[in-house]
Amino acid sequence: MTRTQAPTSKRGKLVDLRNFPGFNPTALFVLFFLYSPLIYVIIYSFNSSRIGAVWESFSVKWYGKVFENDDIQRALKNSLQVGFVATVLSTLLAVMAALGLLRMKRTGKAVAIALIGAPLIIAEIVLAVGTLGLFIAVGVPLGKIGLMVAHTAFCIPFALLPIRARLSQLDMAPFEAASDLGANERQILRRITLPLLAPAIVAGALLAFAISIDDFITSFFVAGPGATTLPVYIFGMIRSTVTPEVNAISTLLLLFSGGVLIGSYLIQRKRR
Amino acid sequence: MTATTSTPKSDSKQLENRARPGQSSPKLAYLPIIFLAFAIGVPLLIIVIYSFLEKPSQGTGVKWVFTTENYKDLFIQQKLDGTTALDTRYIKVLWTSFYYSLITTIVTLILSVPVAMWIATRPAHRRTLLVALVTLPFWISILIRTYGMRQIIADEGPIGKFLGLFDIDWSILYSPPATILGLIYVFLPFMILPIYASAERFDFRLAEAAYDLGARKLTVVRKIILPSIRPGIISGVALVFIPALGSFLQSDMLGGGKTNMVANVIANNFGQARNWPFGSALAVLLIVLTLLFILIIQGISKRRGDKVELV
Repeated sequence: MTRTQAPTSKRGKLVDLRNFPGFNPTALFVLFFLYSPLIYVIIYSFNSSRIGAVWESFSVKWYGKVFENDDIQRALKNSLQVGFVATVLSTLLAVMAALGLLRMKRTGKAVAIALIGAPLIIAEIVLAVGTLGLFIAVGVPLGKIGLMVAHTAFCIPFALLPIRARLSQLDMAPFEAASDLGANERQILRRITLPLLAPAIVAGALLAFAISIDDFITSFFVAGPGATTLPVYIFGMIRSTVTPEVNAISTLLLLFSGGVLIGSYLIQRKRR
Repeated sequence: MTATTSTPKSDSKQLENRARPGQSSPKLAYLPIIFLAFAIGVPLLIIVIYSFLEKPSQGTGVKWVFTTENYKDLFIQQKLDGTTALDTRYIKVLWTSFYYSLITTIVTLILSVPVAMWIATRPAHRRTLLVALVTLPFWISILIRTYGMRQIIADEGPIGKFLGLFDIDWSILYSPPATILGLIYVFLPFMILPIYASAERFDFRLAEAAYDLGARKLTVVRKIILPSIRPGIISGVALVFIPALGSFLQSDMLGGGKTNMVANVIANNFGQARNWPFGSALAVLLIVLTLLFILIIQGISKRRGDKVELV
């Protein structure tokens, strides 16, 4: 898009939207505001001092502590297992939902969209305690299996986002051509739809994984004592004693989510 | 002048519903719908049912006896001598949640409009990077972001240390302002991104034309820029207000338990307080308030002719 030269107002003073008074400092302030707490946590994770807020010297000893801590290792394992299963299942269900919704009748579609969108609109605490009630009522033991079911459910809308976006951009010609040439639904799905959707499916899976790994509230209620996930463990750490170890483990989780997001973004962009 | 983004004609909708060659059967969506009905629909239903049940005399869970007491308990207090009185505790909790969410929405809106406009007027390659910078915190664990904010505003944190140089006392953590600051921090990207999406489509020549015709800066903002980015503002307000209303971590970690919001009271009733039916009644109230808010937002956007997408 080309922008015309900055126009001059009646009084001959140059006015330019690009330099609208106040916009520039506000934007820089907001970016600083968004990142300073994260940067602070990252910097202080390398602080050798036991007292969190006093800088002593550079050290990676808290990372060593994190890797030695068996509870953290166990929580990480739980998070990864739940995240992996929830990612695979939610992505699979999201692909099926995205394709099926295309031709669904209005009422069915409205119900489906309401169910898919519910985790985005209804407060997570409500769904978390409701899921707890469901598991107690049905007799699902609190633990990893329950966590996997709950995580799969709220990951579906996130996995669906890039898939639906990609589907709406697709050119329908190859589908019609394949159909005219006698391909059946299954062949079209395998040979045309899925390959064309592949980057969006990978991007959706990465988003679902990031959401699952970061989840706190649902996991807090549904995990039970045996399946503590990493965020639930970190929450407990923050509540009891704040040692710089929290900064180290937070930094690792932060970099991990950031990496996953950047991966998802690159995959979507590459194939566009 | 009213700039409206009109809804696409319904023709396209009808086209969408018609079977086209090569598309998958709608049956493919049945399994995900059944799964979601079980994992999302049933929990919501259970909350509604529990809210009409009694609490067992011992332990957690519910006793299967119908009652409307839980809803009465939200507003009315039973005294020991049998008389009843208005109970303002939970009305206060609801008011606190509403009030904090409102302030959060207003502050994020005031900050986001300049930021979104600023990003939209940068060169294309820089815009991509800036949008990525705003999006990134969106995907980082809210727990860790709230923890980071707590470290920053702690008495002995960087702000406290800096102000200490001038002998100014800084003590904000574990107070209502800390909770609100945390909410603003966590939900700011939810406001910037939709407004940016609208601002990006804005034709800046319109503003330039207005200047040429002698409009003042504020007139340009009020009459041309704001109406054009209104759909983004409405989406942003919904995307900030709704999660803020149901937020848990900020008042828990920054408010220090002194400032309870609805979600904290719900959590407490399913935890230590062990009153699932009452917690469910509060949860139902929260759902109703959320849906009410969505209806209002949709009403506003429909009347104005804006196309606002929430999901």
